[in-house]
Order: sequence, then structure tokens, then C-alpha cells
Amino acid sequence: MTGLFSEVFLSALLFGAVTAAIPLLLAGLGEQISEKAGVLNIGIEGMMLAGAYLGFVGAFYSGSLWLGFLTGAAGGAAVALVMALLCVRIGLNQIVIGIALTLGLEGLTALLHHFQFSRSYPRLPAADATVIPLLSDIPVIGPAFFKHHLIAYLAVALVFGMGYLYRRTQLGLNLQAAGDKPAALDVAGIDVIRTRTIAVLATGTLAGLGGAYLANVGAGLFIPFITNGAGFLGIVLAMLARGRPVWVLFGALLFGVCLSLTTAMQVAGINIPTDVIQMLPFLAVMIMLVLFGRRASLPAALGIPYERGAR
Amino acid sequence: MSNVSSSSAFKPDIVALEGVTKRFPGIVANDSVDLSIRPGEVHVLLGENGAGKSTLIGMLSGLQQPDEGRILVDGKPTPITSPRHALALGIGTVFQHMMLVPTLTVAENLLLGGPWWQRPRIEELAARVAEITSTLGITVKLHAKVSELSLGEQQQVEILRAMVRNSRLLILDESTSMLTPKGIEELGALMRRLVGQGLAIVFITHKLKEAAAFGDRISVLKLGRKVGEIPPERLRALDEQEIISEIVELMFGKQKDDPEAVERPTRTVRTEAVPLLQVAGLAVASTENAPGLTSISFDIRPGEILGIAGIDGNGQKQLAEALAGQRMATGGSVRLEGVAIETLSVGERRRHGLRYLTDDRLGEGTVGTFPVSINFFLKQIGAAPFWRHGVEQRSEIDRRAAELVREYDVRTPSLKTPVARLSGGNIQKVLLARELAEGAKVVIFNKPTYGLDLANTLASRQRIRDTAARGLAVLLISTDLEELLSMCDRIAVIANGALVGTVANADDARTKVGRLMIGLAA
Repeated sequence: MTGLFSEVFLSALLFGAVTAAIPLLLAGLGEQISEKAGVLNIGIEGMMLAGAYLGFVGAFYSGSLWLGFLTGAAGGAAVALVMALLCVRIGLNQIVIGIALTLGLEGLTALLHHFQFSRSYPRLPAADATVIPLLSDIPVIGPAFFKHHLIAYLAVALVFGMGYLYRRTQLGLNLQAAGDKPAALDVAGIDVIRTRTIAVLATGTLAGLGGAYLANVGAGLFIPFITNGAGFLGIVLAMLARGRPVWVLFGALLFGVCLSLTTAMQVAGINIPTDVIQMLPFLAVMIMLVLFGRRASLPAALGIPYERGAR
Repeated sequence: MSNVSSSSAFKPDIVALEGVTKRFPGIVANDSVDLSIRPGEVHVLLGENGAGKSTLIGMLSGLQQPDEGRILVDGKPTPITSPRHALALGIGTVFQHMMLVPTLTVAENLLLGGPWWQRPRIEELAARVAEITSTLGITVKLHAKVSELSLGEQQQVEILRAMVRNSRLLILDESTSMLTPKGIEELGALMRRLVGQGLAIVFITHKLKEAAAFGDRISVLKLGRKVGEIPPERLRALDEQEIISEIVELMFGKQKDDPEAVERPTRTVRTEAVPLLQVAGLAVASTENAPGLTSISFDIRPGEILGIAGIDGNGQKQLAEALAGQRMATGGSVRLEGVAIETLSVGERRRHGLRYLTDDRLGEGTVGTFPVSINFFLKQIGAAPFWRHGVEQRSEIDRRAAELVREYDVRTPSLKTPVARLSGGNIQKVLLARELAEGAKVVIFNKPTYGLDLANTLASRQRIRDTAARGLAVLLISTDLEELLSMCDRIAVIANGALVGTVANADDARTKVGRLMIGLAA
């Protein structure tokens, strides 16, 4: 138990928490955009998997991590395009299509990976961290928060970017109207279908990026089902955040700590069965849902396809 | 539209409709409607629910496209393809149901629709709003959330929005329905100031008094057709009472060559017979969106048809539901063959012989996705012989259903067809078959021919007459005065949830009922 509170352990724990939180943050921010616009995007788990797989493949063959992020984001967006076509344009049930996309991509990515690499799991070289001068010298906090890949900082910056978008821009107004009262947006002369399509594509891009980060930076390799529910955690985060990006950040960090604790406690060799330890993040989800689930406020038209003049 | 060209103070139409027709499955919502909308005029569109007012608005605001006919904007034929297009043409609409995003502020709602890459220009908007509101004499809280505003305030925001967008034509759809009397007065004054500025206003209502008070020109719609127009010259020459009686003439008056015209019944009801249905002092509490009922009393004898006339929304549905047991009564008694049934459940009342044909055929009358055959027996689910020990007896159901389909002439591809796929008239036949089949003693019909085409209307009416001829007591609720006059023995008029009078269906019944309906003593 002595090792548990040492400086090194603590900073490793926090470093791991941030690393685990970034994909959740990207997924949560992405899901938030869709939900704002009235689309419940259950397919986000599949979008993350597509991002993780294509991100890894892109980085593996090109040798460039950045190209990997690009292919990952594109992969997520491609899945989102299918979702937008089926659920937004044609108006099919968002939950059914979302589940189908997730299950489909779980199988597809596992299959493709098996074809390419058989049973081997090649690793990528460790990602270059962008070390922030001065701040990274602070004990414990420095190595935990200021020695990450550039994408991590960008993801945190995106939190504030999204906050600005929702509060201060015309697009933010349009998104909120599309989710709360699409008919009002339509008669104001804005195409609801197009607004929602943009939102779903943005979700896919961010989820794909999150998946690529998970594979390329977090794990350094791709294994089937690598996201392991990260997309679903993103949905929970978005729902609990009540439309505020900063709450997605806090939630992602909290879950990140839990995920990191799981690893840290196993490494520290604490005498608790690993099964119990691995339950931790999901226990945290349940506790958060019980505590805050009632406060989750969702857009009035969430999950309802829009049809002009429907009566 | 000959009166357009002959008008002395000629102002070109901003928008004109020529022979516009719009159909929905089973219903002709607008049938060859002509309309001319001019600047500086409040053009009132008057008609009851289902007259086709909302569909007309949908087409003017770009939500729907006409099936036939054309819309002219500034004299040029212009298909209005989308709401954005309508706005660009200068047509602003205030819909019956508020079209504001409740979670956004007033300013944000007004800014909705700007180019997405722009920052919302609040300062610019505030200046523009101040300019408009000062000339109109209204105040608007720009930074209040819409959900915190009263309905009247929300409506002002919607009118303001149309003004901010430089609308030349403002459409107000049933705008007074949710306002207080004072709010209605203010809206009237606001409309006068707007037309004073050269705007055109289309004001949709089903209230005669408002039409007479606010209108410069009044068009009357009835069952999708325009049945008349009162031009400004004529409106100015008449006082309010004369206007109202002229409108009543248009709305309820008999037209020549009316195929629906049927000789009044010559059935004789035995006046000494004991009433089958006796209602005394029936009362229902009012709810947020429905009027209550106060001391409703009437008797219906065997073989008699009692009509309930009145402008839609005056408590007709509440009356029907209270009798059927679907709505809690707060007082009064209902007796069927002398047995008190006011405390019984819906099912028990049915077993005593009470039948209710709802006007909401697909909503509460049938289960749209169930096959025709099951819909015949919806109210007998679980009962023998169609169900035994909880198991559906398919052959028994199909056998009986086939009989009913033949007997009631239901045009259905098969017994297995989901009932929602049938036309309105055939759905009504399924309902008639179900309710009239066996054990019926008292039947309540709520708007039995609403939305049906002529052939089905006539068939339904004959069915109702036959029902009475079998010695059943019939309560016929309808907003179609013609229908009541052609079928009933007596007609009671309902207004604001109370029966304001009952008249025997004699030669002067039309005038008497008409006067009762608009609040004058018969």
C-alpha cells in the first residue's frame, strides 16, 4: 500500500486518466452536437471503432500518426454519413440504425484486422508528446497533464470552442432549434435536414478522431472491440452534461480516473480481484446516473425524425 | 374573380390563389379555391374546423404544394416551394401553434434563420426591433426566454419576427384562440396599425364576431370550398349584426342544387313512449384546453333522432365522452331505459346498450395497424365466441367479419388489411358495423360524416336513419346544420358547454337554430 500514494504513482495515475479521458471527451462532445440537433446517435460506438481501425491502419502504413488521425476522422465521418442518410434524410428509427451500425462495425473491423494481421497485433511507435515548458515542471501535475500528444490539448481547446459555438454563433442557434423545435427552424427558412446532417457528420468526425486517439496514442495498437463501450460512455456524458461542453470535460476526466485506477491498482498489486477492479468505471457510470440522471435535460425533439408539414 | 378588376380603388393583389385544390388521403382539403389578398386589407378567412383553412395557410407558407391551380405573387404565377421561399417573397406566417424555440431567448428566436457562418447580430436586431415596436406601440423583452413569456407575448414576438423579415403579407392562423379578451382587443388594434402601414393581413378564425369586427374583406370556407366573399364596400355598408347574419347565411345557408339536400323525415315518433335515454343536469368540469359542461338535460325517445348543433369546440366532444363514460362527470344523471348508468364504466355502459361512434376514427375508434377483422371486435376482445380461454378464435372472427363486411359494404382488399389503409368512408363503415351490430339501444354519433366524400356521407346518413327506424334512440352531434336539418326530429343547440335551446325540426328550424348558434334567442 505504500506505493499507492507516492508521487510517481499519483502522476502516472493522472497521466493515464487524461489519456483515457481524451477519447471519451471527443465522443461526448461529438454526441452532444447530434443530440443538440435532435438526433440520438447510438451509432457513435461504431463510428469510434471505424476511427480506431482506420486510424491505426493509416498510421501503420504511412508511418505518420497525423495521417492516422486524418484517416480515423474520415472513417468516423463515413459511418456518420450512412447514419445521416438513413436516420435524418429517410427518417428511419435512430435507435435501431444506431445499434445496427455499432454491431456491424464491431464485426467488420475485427474481420478486416484479422485479414490483414491474422493473429498478430503490431504496435505503433510511442506517440510524441508535446511538452509544455514550465508547466510540465510542476511536481505530480506537470507530468500528468502537460506531457500529452498535441491532439489532447486540441480536444480540451475544443471544449471551449464548442461552448462559443453553442452560445455565440448562428450555427449554434440553428442546432439548438433543430433539436428543440425543428418546425420553428424550418419556417424560419433553415433546412432542418441539412442542419441535422451537418451535426451527425461532425459527431462522426469527432468520434472517429477519438477512436484513432484511443488506438494510436492510448494503446499504440488495434485489437478488435478496442473501444469497449467508450462510445456509449460518450452518450452518457452528453446526456448528463445538459448541453454544456464543459460538463462533458469534467465527466470525461472522472471516468478517465476510474479507467486509469483500474490499470493502476492492478499494477500496484492490490489484493482485490481484478474483476472487481474492472467494474469500477461502469460502477461510476451507474452512480453518476443515479445521482444526476434525473437532471439530464434532453431536447424536446430528440430521436424524432423531422418531416415537414406532418400532421 | 370579376370583382377584383371592377373594384374602384384598385390595388394590385400581393398574392392571389386561382382554383387551388389540395387533397389528402380520403379528404379534399381545398376544392378549387380563389382568393385575392391586397395591401392595406385585413382579409378574414372564416370557416369551421375542417373547412380547409389550415391547408390553405400551409400552401401560402410553403409547407405544402397545391395539387391543382396556381398561386400568383405580384401577378406572376409562383410556386411557393419552401418556407424560406415564402419568407423571401415577403409572406410571414404566425401559425396557430407557436413556432418559437422555447429554450432560446426572444432575440435568438428572431435571429434564427440568418446565415450560419455569421455571428448573430444582436445590436443590429435591437435597433430594428426598437424601430418597429415604437411604430406599433408594443414592447418586447428581447433577452427573456420564450418559455417565460405569456402566450400573448409570444404571439407579439411572432408578429414582430414577420415584420423584422420585411413581410408584406402577414398570415395570422387562429391567432385569437389562446388569447384573453383583452389580448384579442390588442391584437385587433395592432392589425389596424399594420394594415395602416400598407401591409396585407390574412386573418383566420372560426369566430363570427371577430370576423365582423376586424375584417375588411371576409371569405367564407366550408368543407374545403369557398362559399362566399363579402367585399369591403359591402362590409362598410352593414352593421355588425347584419354582417353576422350574412355570414351565417353563407356558412349555413341552403345552396341551390345541393346534392345533400334530402327531404325532412316524415317518421313519426310516438310522443307518449317512455324515453330510452334521459339526461338530467349533466355537468363536466372544464380542463385547460376544453370547455366544461353545465346542466345538460334532454330525453330521447325510441326511434327519435336528437341533433346537437353548434360551432365546433363548444363542448360537443365532452358531451359525447361524458355520456359514453370516457370523461368524468361532476354531476347529473344519465338513465338508459330507466337504469342509472352515470357511475358505470365504459364497458358496462356498452353492455347496457349504449354505443358511441367517435369522430376520431383512427385515433380512438380503431387501431390502425390491426386488420379490419380484429377492428370489428375491438370492444369484445377476450369475450366469447371470438376468444375462448384467452385464445383468439380466428375462424369465428373471420366468419363474422366477412358477414359484417358484406352487410355494411366495407370496401377492403381483404379482412387482413390494416384498417388505417382504408379510406375514411370505409373506416367509418367498420365503426358503424361494430357499434350498431347487436345489442345497441342508444347510439351517439359524433360528426359521423366529417371528412367523408359525398357517397359515403349519404350512405352514413342512411345508416343513421335506419338505426332510428329500428326503434333505437339516436343522439347526432354535428357541426353541419344541413345534416341535422335533414335527419333530426329535434335539434338542440350547444354553446359554451350548455344547451341554449331545443327546437322541433319544423320549417322555421333553420333560422331558429342559426340564431341560437350565434347567441341570439330563438
